[in-house]
Amino acid sequence: MTNSAYKPVIGFEIHVQLATKAKMFSPAPNNPDETVPNTNIDEIVTGQPGTLPVANKEAIRLAAMVGLALNCTIDEFSKFDRKHYFYPDLPKGYQISQYDQPIAKKGYLDIEVNGKTKRIGITRAHLEEDAGKNVHPEGLPYSLVDYNRAGAPLLEIVTEPDIESAEEGRIFLQELRNIIRYLGASSADMEKGTMRCEPNISVRKPGETTLPKYKVEVKNINSFKFAEAAINFEIARHTEMLEKGETPRQVTMGWNEKNNCTVEQRSKEDAQDYRYMPDPDLPVLQFPQEYLDELRNRMPELPAQKRIRFLEEYKLPLADVENLINWKELAFYFEDVVSELDEWRSQENGLNREQLIKMAANWCLQDFSALLNQDLKNPLDSQVGPENFAELVKLIVQGKISGSAAKTVFRTMYEKGGDPSEIVEDMGLTQVSDEGAIAGAIEKVIAENPKAVADYKAGQQKSFGFLVGQCMKELKGKGNPQVINDLLRKKLS
Amino acid sequence: MEFLHLTELRKKLDSREISSSELAKYFLARIKKLEPQLKAFVTVTEEAALKDAQEADEFIGSPGENPFLCGIPYVSKDLFATRGIRTTASSKILDEYKPPFDATVTRKLKEQKSVLLGKTNLDEFAHGSSTETSAYGPSHNPWDTSRIPGGSSGGSAAAVAGGLSPWATATETGGSIRQPSSLCGVSGWKPTYGRVSRYGVIAMASSLDSPGAIAHSVEDLAHLAEIMAGQDEKDSTTGHVPVPQYSRNLTADIKGLKIGIPKEYFLDGMEEGIKQRVMEAVKELEKMGAKTVEVALPNTKFGSLVYAIVAPSEISSNLMRYDGIRYGHTVPAAADLLEVYEKSRAEGFGDEAKRRIMTGTYVLSAGYYDAYYKKAQKVRRLIVNEFAEAFKQVDLLVCPSSPNVAIKLGSAKDNPLFGYIADQLNIPGSLAGLPALSVPCGYARPADNDTPSMDGLPVGLQIIGPQWGEQQVFNAGFAYQQATDWHKQHPSLE
Repeated sequence: MTNSAYKPVIGFEIHVQLATKAKMFSPAPNNPDETVPNTNIDEIVTGQPGTLPVANKEAIRLAAMVGLALNCTIDEFSKFDRKHYFYPDLPKGYQISQYDQPIAKKGYLDIEVNGKTKRIGITRAHLEEDAGKNVHPEGLPYSLVDYNRAGAPLLEIVTEPDIESAEEGRIFLQELRNIIRYLGASSADMEKGTMRCEPNISVRKPGETTLPKYKVEVKNINSFKFAEAAINFEIARHTEMLEKGETPRQVTMGWNEKNNCTVEQRSKEDAQDYRYMPDPDLPVLQFPQEYLDELRNRMPELPAQKRIRFLEEYKLPLADVENLINWKELAFYFEDVVSELDEWRSQENGLNREQLIKMAANWCLQDFSALLNQDLKNPLDSQVGPENFAELVKLIVQGKISGSAAKTVFRTMYEKGGDPSEIVEDMGLTQVSDEGAIAGAIEKVIAENPKAVADYKAGQQKSFGFLVGQCMKELKGKGNPQVINDLLRKKLS
Repeated sequence: MEFLHLTELRKKLDSREISSSELAKYFLARIKKLEPQLKAFVTVTEEAALKDAQEADEFIGSPGENPFLCGIPYVSKDLFATRGIRTTASSKILDEYKPPFDATVTRKLKEQKSVLLGKTNLDEFAHGSSTETSAYGPSHNPWDTSRIPGGSSGGSAAAVAGGLSPWATATETGGSIRQPSSLCGVSGWKPTYGRVSRYGVIAMASSLDSPGAIAHSVEDLAHLAEIMAGQDEKDSTTGHVPVPQYSRNLTADIKGLKIGIPKEYFLDGMEEGIKQRVMEAVKELEKMGAKTVEVALPNTKFGSLVYAIVAPSEISSNLMRYDGIRYGHTVPAAADLLEVYEKSRAEGFGDEAKRRIMTGTYVLSAGYYDAYYKKAQKVRRLIVNEFAEAFKQVDLLVCPSSPNVAIKLGSAKDNPLFGYIADQLNIPGSLAGLPALSVPCGYARPADNDTPSMDGLPVGLQIIGPQWGEQQVFNAGFAYQQATDWHKQHPSLE
């Protein structure tokens, strides 16, 4: 897709709606799921004359946490500025943002691309308030404004133009999203708009070190998939133009998901003068060393650390680790299951930890994930607690139920809740692993099927399967297939 | 009755010599009678006042102590948000605006069970020193109704001076309490910046705005300060400094008090009578044991220049929200969004607001910000430091509140710089956020000598204190009013 004659230069602007109770500068609720227009508002949000902003301390803390997690410098002083422009969704005629003293700056994020570590520079991260939303009812001669989103706390993260492919861009966005979620700073959901990304894209000849003279910003991207697609589309477009001797214009494009292409939104040539000035209503923000130390002490394990631990301690394959890390709630759930299994291991000897963990991971990533995804649920919202989950893994490893029975049991646990041992009991799914019972069945089957026995001994492998099936039938489907196999083979040898 | 001090009204209400309803009716009747001459009000809230007075009477009639302002009428500069009551900032753009909330000061006064009589006139958005930029026309000076009451809190000063209300809320940005108090011969308190919450007070220049009060005596102001002041969680620029019991701490003993006389504040072109009255007041303070020294505040001369940049910048920003979209004046028949903005603002704002919007917009625009706004803020810092240095040597500074007595209505209209010149005595202290008082200190003939007032027109003595130094300022003013009776003299308005 990418013409090898050109190399992409990509930087991101990412807006994250912080998960605070109240808005950035008012006590009005900050609820991204509110659907009734103009309910998350008060006199401050709507910019009534005389109202004043008061900075949300929790938003500031979350912003500082994200800054630290992105290895940024947090200066002792930061401030809020006013960015002026007229638009109906902007109640005060200015947006409170941060201009020249952002909370965090000069950081980086290391990502893994095809087994190699790549460092993406973080230019800055600053706090600002969101605007409302203009609504244009179809066929009506007026527009409406919904201020529910107005004043919501946003963290804008700006990267260096260090990203060199759409894939790198996607990996970076995923890792950033994970960090933000692990910090509890935001739901960081692209589909819901609590995380919005705007790539700035240009291309240049390999070996060139100066930035191209133009860049194209793409808005309206609401999934990682679209981010990747939009970047690839732009790279191809720029390459084609440059090949023809043209230079792409400095414009803002919008991603059109219906037609899988970008569409020009506005030209950047008539750049506005926002007349930034320090907001005189808000005192300078101070970040004393003790405050930052406290935040560092309370920093949770970040996805990169968890990834290493899952790989090294749990010895899980990379793909499984990635899938767990990318779903924070599932990763945490999985760890709860592992500690249940560890507890059990400490009471009973001779159990293989790696085997247990591997099986737990498989069940998390396969049956459990499938059911959760289908219902758009998180693990802790389901009826399957980590203890029962571990119990099920235990039953499987102990050979008390067969793999197919386990699927039935798990579905019941998921749908109705309950202890897996009881479910197995109730449904009569206990697997027969008792060698005496199985040996009895085998004797009977051998006695009743002399031809098949003879065929097998003559080298017909197919007959062995038939005999196993007969044994299973004899045991009403509850025989442990492994034990049947072993004993039957011994008998016939 | 109309000129009784708050302390006296409190006694009369507590002893049931008079009821709150009687008081409200008395002042409402006086407003009815004199408002045609004074035009101090934008809105008179008769119905609500009578209802509030009745409630206050019920409260007074029940056991327990009454808050200091319980049942006492007041008027509020039409910049303070009053829930459900029209609040215009004397601008056409807010002509119909009824706030859905109360300013913090309004709330505190309601909690006291004060009785609001109405909203007073001001220069549009407080832009001016005469009330002549008000969209509702100017207010008149009760001492000579052909003259300005000063501004921007001119309606408040005229209402108190004319005996239309026992006291009034007011606001300062660069002299808007001190100058009208001086011109109307009443006592005005400009608080330390951040001493009184700005929440719900329609913003002029946010880094300067200081809501305060105008009353008949410094003692009354000390009581009001106790009620109005304090840190407010809704205004992050209020200080976390405890509020002293100003009224209880009041003392007329100013022996040994060191008073600085800043020579730069006795300007050339200042009316001779003003200088004389102020120097007489200084002598009075010396008689009571205060020591006076001359101090130099050379950076004072930059005050007006700094103000001329900082104030319009903040004004242009603060006035952005008046866009005709959510509230206020709007143009129903606009071709497109841009026209909604252009026409709503063109029709809604007066000339002075437009002038300041243009200046501020220019000053903040790309390429000029560093040269003007940033540099002005640096000079402002120098002025702040210079005052701080001065207050290492002296306890207070004393100077005139205005370089002139009240001028004729209309005589400043053709000179847009009038405000800036008149504010020169007040602006440096405003830039430094210092507390100050203006108290009446006698009379002087106006330059035009054309007034029916026998003795001339009121002159104001300004007393400036260090940051959070309200108590010192009140004490000096209180001592002065114990020794003089200028504050007990009132215009005859019949």
